[in-house]
Amino acid sequence: MPKNESLKKILVLGSGAIKIGEAGEFDYSGSQCLKAIHEDGIKSVLINPNIATIQTDTRFADQVYLLPVTPNYVESIIEKERPDGIMLAYGGQTALNCGVKLEDSGILQKYDVKVLGTQVNGIKNTEDRQLFKDSMKEASVPVLKSKTVTNFEDAKKTAEELSYPVIIRVAYTLGGRGGGIAHNEIELHEIVERGIKASLVGQVLVEEYIGHWKQIEYEVMQDYDGNNVIVCNMENVLSMKVHTGDNIVVAPSQTINNNEYHMLRTAALRATKHVGIVGECNIQYALDADSDRYVAIEINPRLSRSSALASKATGYPLAYMSAKIGLGYNLSELVNRITKSTTACFEPSLDYVVCKHPRWDFSKFELVNRKLGVTMKSVGEVMAVGRTFEESLQKAIRMLDIGNDGLVLNRSNDEKISEEDLEYKLSHHDDQILYNVAIALKMGISVDRIYKLSAIDPWFIEKIQNIINTESQLKESELNESVLRKAKKMGFSDNQIARVKEKTTDEVREIRKNFGIIPAVKQIDTLAAEWPAVTNYLYLTYGGNSNDIQVSPDEKGVIVVGAGPYRIGSSVEFDWGTVNMVWGLQENGEKNVSVVNCNPETVSTDYDICARLYFEELTQERLLDIAEFENPKGVITCVGGQTANNLTPGLAQRGINIMGTSAIDVDRAEDRSKFSAELDKLHIQQPKWQAFSNITEARNFAQDVGFPVIVRPSYVLSGAAMKVVWSQDELKMYVKEATDVSPDHPVVISKFMLDSLEVDVDGISNGKEVVIGAIVEHIDSAGVHSGDAMMCIPPWRLNNKIIETINDYTKKIALTFNVKGPFNLQFLVHDNHVYVIELNIRASRSMPFVSKLVKTNLISLASKAILGKPLPKIPENKWQKIHNYGIKVPQFSFMQLDGADIALGVEMQSTGEAACFGNSFYDALSKGLTSVGYNLPDKGTALVTVGGSQNKEKLLPSIAKLKQLGFKILATEHTAEFFEDKVGDIEIVYKISEPERKPNISDLLYEKKIDFIINIPSTISLEKYVGMLDDEYQIRRKSLELGIPVLTTIELADSFVKTLEWLQNNETTKDPIEPYDALE
Amino acid sequence: MGFGYSTAVFGEIVFNTGMVGYTEALTDPSYNGQILTLTYPLVGNYGIPDLTEVDKDGISKFSESDMIQIRGLVVHELSQTASHWNLKMTLDEWMYNEKVPGISGIDTRAITKKLTSSGVMMAALVVSDTEIDVEKIKKELDDTTKYNSEKFMDIVSTKEEKIYGDENQSVVVIDTGAKNAIVRNIRELGYKAIVVPWNTPFDKVMSYNPKGVVLSSGPGDPQNCPDTIDTTKKLIENNIPTLGICLGAQIIGIAGNTETYKLKYGHRGQNKPCINLETNQVYVTSQNHGYGIKPESLEQSDFKLWFSNADDNTVEGIKHKTQDCIAVQFHPEAAPGPFDCKYVFDELKKLMEK
Repeated sequence: MPKNESLKKILVLGSGAIKIGEAGEFDYSGSQCLKAIHEDGIKSVLINPNIATIQTDTRFADQVYLLPVTPNYVESIIEKERPDGIMLAYGGQTALNCGVKLEDSGILQKYDVKVLGTQVNGIKNTEDRQLFKDSMKEASVPVLKSKTVTNFEDAKKTAEELSYPVIIRVAYTLGGRGGGIAHNEIELHEIVERGIKASLVGQVLVEEYIGHWKQIEYEVMQDYDGNNVIVCNMENVLSMKVHTGDNIVVAPSQTINNNEYHMLRTAALRATKHVGIVGECNIQYALDADSDRYVAIEINPRLSRSSALASKATGYPLAYMSAKIGLGYNLSELVNRITKSTTACFEPSLDYVVCKHPRWDFSKFELVNRKLGVTMKSVGEVMAVGRTFEESLQKAIRMLDIGNDGLVLNRSNDEKISEEDLEYKLSHHDDQILYNVAIALKMGISVDRIYKLSAIDPWFIEKIQNIINTESQLKESELNESVLRKAKKMGFSDNQIARVKEKTTDEVREIRKNFGIIPAVKQIDTLAAEWPAVTNYLYLTYGGNSNDIQVSPDEKGVIVVGAGPYRIGSSVEFDWGTVNMVWGLQENGEKNVSVVNCNPETVSTDYDICARLYFEELTQERLLDIAEFENPKGVITCVGGQTANNLTPGLAQRGINIMGTSAIDVDRAEDRSKFSAELDKLHIQQPKWQAFSNITEARNFAQDVGFPVIVRPSYVLSGAAMKVVWSQDELKMYVKEATDVSPDHPVVISKFMLDSLEVDVDGISNGKEVVIGAIVEHIDSAGVHSGDAMMCIPPWRLNNKIIETINDYTKKIALTFNVKGPFNLQFLVHDNHVYVIELNIRASRSMPFVSKLVKTNLISLASKAILGKPLPKIPENKWQKIHNYGIKVPQFSFMQLDGADIALGVEMQSTGEAACFGNSFYDALSKGLTSVGYNLPDKGTALVTVGGSQNKEKLLPSIAKLKQLGFKILATEHTAEFFEDKVGDIEIVYKISEPERKPNISDLLYEKKIDFIINIPSTISLEKYVGMLDDEYQIRRKSLELGIPVLTTIELADSFVKTLEWLQNNETTKDPIEPYDALE
Repeated sequence: MGFGYSTAVFGEIVFNTGMVGYTEALTDPSYNGQILTLTYPLVGNYGIPDLTEVDKDGISKFSESDMIQIRGLVVHELSQTASHWNLKMTLDEWMYNEKVPGISGIDTRAITKKLTSSGVMMAALVVSDTEIDVEKIKKELDDTTKYNSEKFMDIVSTKEEKIYGDENQSVVVIDTGAKNAIVRNIRELGYKAIVVPWNTPFDKVMSYNPKGVVLSSGPGDPQNCPDTIDTTKKLIENNIPTLGICLGAQIIGIAGNTETYKLKYGHRGQNKPCINLETNQVYVTSQNHGYGIKPESLEQSDFKLWFSNADDNTVEGIKHKTQDCIAVQFHPEAAPGPFDCKYVFDELKKLMEK
């Protein structure tokens, strides 16, 4: 069937802000979808408030609305744009759920909008647990014994029938949110209550538990005519015990034979045909490890994290093809994008092994439980490609950028652990599981025993044994050619080898190259070399001796280093930067732009973005390998966040030309002492600070300036190991932690200035001219990490004099540091004085926000600066003349992390952000808050608990306003006392820790009698770290689990209340964003 | 690094892109005379099951014939240990027992690229405990019988009839190197399967009073099976329901006046898309062939095109214009590979029950 010619305009729903379970992969899938639509000459309209994405540039979509993906907002856009069709499968669970609601409420029918791809019935057949089970039975695909329930009593009955342990799964949710394994009635109660609340439809599934079975997934493509293929199958190393998002995954499957592979494959085709999938879907199976019994666990009727991984693992662009199918094409009419000659109706054959490893950021969260289970907790992932499992695994570990060089021979020695503790850890997975397997093997615990405890297939354990054997060989023998070659094939890095042989990394590299041991460059081509590939999608491996491609000397190109895995503090905004840099370079005449990156959830790792894509480690060793192969003009490290930036000095010292700001100047900015000396010369103030390498001096300094102080290492992104410290004891603890994270750089301690405003400036310079993108004001007061703070353009509390000073400082600093490319400056405004906190000579988190609001693509501008071209004339106050307000609001994912506290501090905790524009501050803010999940009620009840009399005083106007708006106000004793006096009519409620006193907060929360909560700790960090008020933590945690908004800063509470007021008299605007201004 | 059995072998080197199914591939008689390169780099992960296990008809459950058919195996990495619930031995042990050599540590992608650019070629594989005299081996390679002229039927075909099942109605399988999966599929259709030697004359075939005949897959040039071609001509003439698979399809083609040719590097894998031109549906098929039917020769022949390869438009299936004779170039019996085209056996059944 050819393209459906009746389609003229298509609406695509995005996934909103990044959260655990819905991350950057949906920028990838959405962008591919828009590209597929655009190619066919059809107009597209996108709704997505995630400003940091490529898809919200107006490059692929014709109209982009930065609006919440909720039925109300989507309906108003449908009414305005009148699309013929809607794509629901490219914006994660958010888009899918929204689509179901639009269909059920008759909106799609009312406006005659066709769902393209899998129909809503098909979606329901997979998402509704009972319908899914029925469908599978009809398709002769076995499922687990289970029952859907809507209350605890039924859950209990079912659990008793099935016998404990049972697993609870939640219908219509993302990342397995709210599910869990119950071993007894008490656990069952907790999980079921939580799950029913989290579910859109108030149901959960109670099912037999099969943690030790293999977890196998298939990605299926199917067209309207019923042609279908499997694009990839994958095996989860940590069995069914761990959510696939948190699992270590290999593609293709490794431990199942031909019969099992094809049995599951055929069942996948049968099942998806039966439920009515059109486009792409993922089917997940559990396969018994001791027979060929299997069950289907679930079908995801949409693009997913797994499908993004499968696309990158095979080179088959699932989202693109799926969108084409949605447009009416059938599979055999579509062409393989790699060979450009064979059909897309085939099944990729891999001649390498892919290993996906999740990235967790547990250390960012206080009190968090690190255990892995059926709820996904990882914030990002990497994908490694190699020709042995050992190589892929160790590459993946390095790609995580967590300071480890592989599975073994890391910087910190293995901690001593008793056999008993180890056995416990082997059967209760946490983020250390594979390291623990390695320790167990070294202790002499047998493969079989480890398998029994961990349910990790012995094949994988044997491979870990190979790594350990190679480690021993390295230890015991001379560094001769055969040992070295073997180690490299087993994925050992030069760092690991250097560590064991007590040599430097450079020495190992030298020895290795003298033996001629260098990696081969291979293509990922979907067909195992059977057909010639015309794209250059590449990886490096020691499992080969010939390169697939040659780079001729006259092709001298530019290498752009990407940002690595998504994590807290480095997310999709740096992929936006990477991709825009590639485009900028190309638009300025660079033909051979290569990208190096290892994150499968990105647009930058699409092989049609650049001339050569290296899906590779972002390590010095690998960058040197690639540079030696490419012999490029230079390498760009300023758009990939701190991961890329950190490579700058090492590469520069080894003769690689760093394009953009020189490594020396970057170092002058990153090294606190040098940076400070420069600022002194310019007579620019900064908060008192000092660098330390010993604790005594640090203590004396802290004593002098007075607590609180901020402790941080000098080279680190997003405040990892950055803490506000309130006492000498804490100081001792955190100095140690900070030196662990960044051992080569000293610790910096600076005065923490309470009651000040924080300001970000994003700009570009070419060494002669400076373009200021915008001055961005933080709505929250300083101390809340800039990544967690709400931000506003234009600033609303800064006077003109301050703005002038900031402008002036910015230009002086950019020129002093010879910035050539993007930079970001952070200021503190305290008592009308401007202080500089730090200079980052690289793309920043806020650049997409600034670029889109001010309509100046800062990264395009940066590409000109880097190539030494003159910058176009941009009026100095362009950003001040923008008629819009833009507000960026953080998205948190605390729900996924059992025990995480939601009070904000200097350590960044948000996983993503949304930004909305509007005619007024509150217009923008109300949309922003809705985008990240706040419900903005027009009436109801607020609970207020505030610590400290100063805070109470500050909050008074907000409480008075709430009262005036007709909200009922509940408060705990002290808070109530204060406000009763000032505004009157406050109801007293009692703390969770005093359950016998009624009315109790706990009951009110569960009964949904509270619409939102204002809970402000007396000093954010003080109580958090000293741990005084566990009760407040309980309130925050419980309300989070129940989906009730909690406002934890004065500024947020104030803005929230004013937004509610604004909404009583106004309606939000719904305008599309305007494209970037041309740069000539 | 050598594995399996220490010996020197000579054969045509080919590659297969399947990611699972080495047990099935190694025992497929179509690989006789060939040195097989697997493009998937990790081989032997799930070991080898107990090949002596048989189903209720006495057909081996896991093996496609009674022996390893390949001359030698080329892999990137051999899994020294294996893990699977039905594991009996490792791949290395099995190959040693069956006296077949293998080599690992090879850049199999580089070999594949060489074969796709230069075409398949004769090769030597030597596993030895002592130093190998390369010049001597090269000379032996020059002197050895080339794949195209090798006579495989004496090796791969059954010497006597074999009967599976006791139903009244039967299907005769003319064995030019049949896989067990073909027989299993006939049994699944509900017929007695009678496997006869490749050179069984038409009258002898008819003496079994079969409802239909299957011409099996197998190795080598179809022109080397003149007796089978003769029998096939008569099968067509007498309108006996007939299904040809792979080599069998080529034999039917020749019997029906088409021409065959040798492909540059063949089709060997489990991911090959074929379009059924009657329904326009696309199926993913398992393939293993070095020869094919010339597309342009179909026009003057007694056949019309049934299946076509979606990648390169080669002939994947033909149907006789008037008689009950169908043939597919791919392997509907799977093992290894996908089951999507099992319905081809149902097509035969339809002809037999017409």
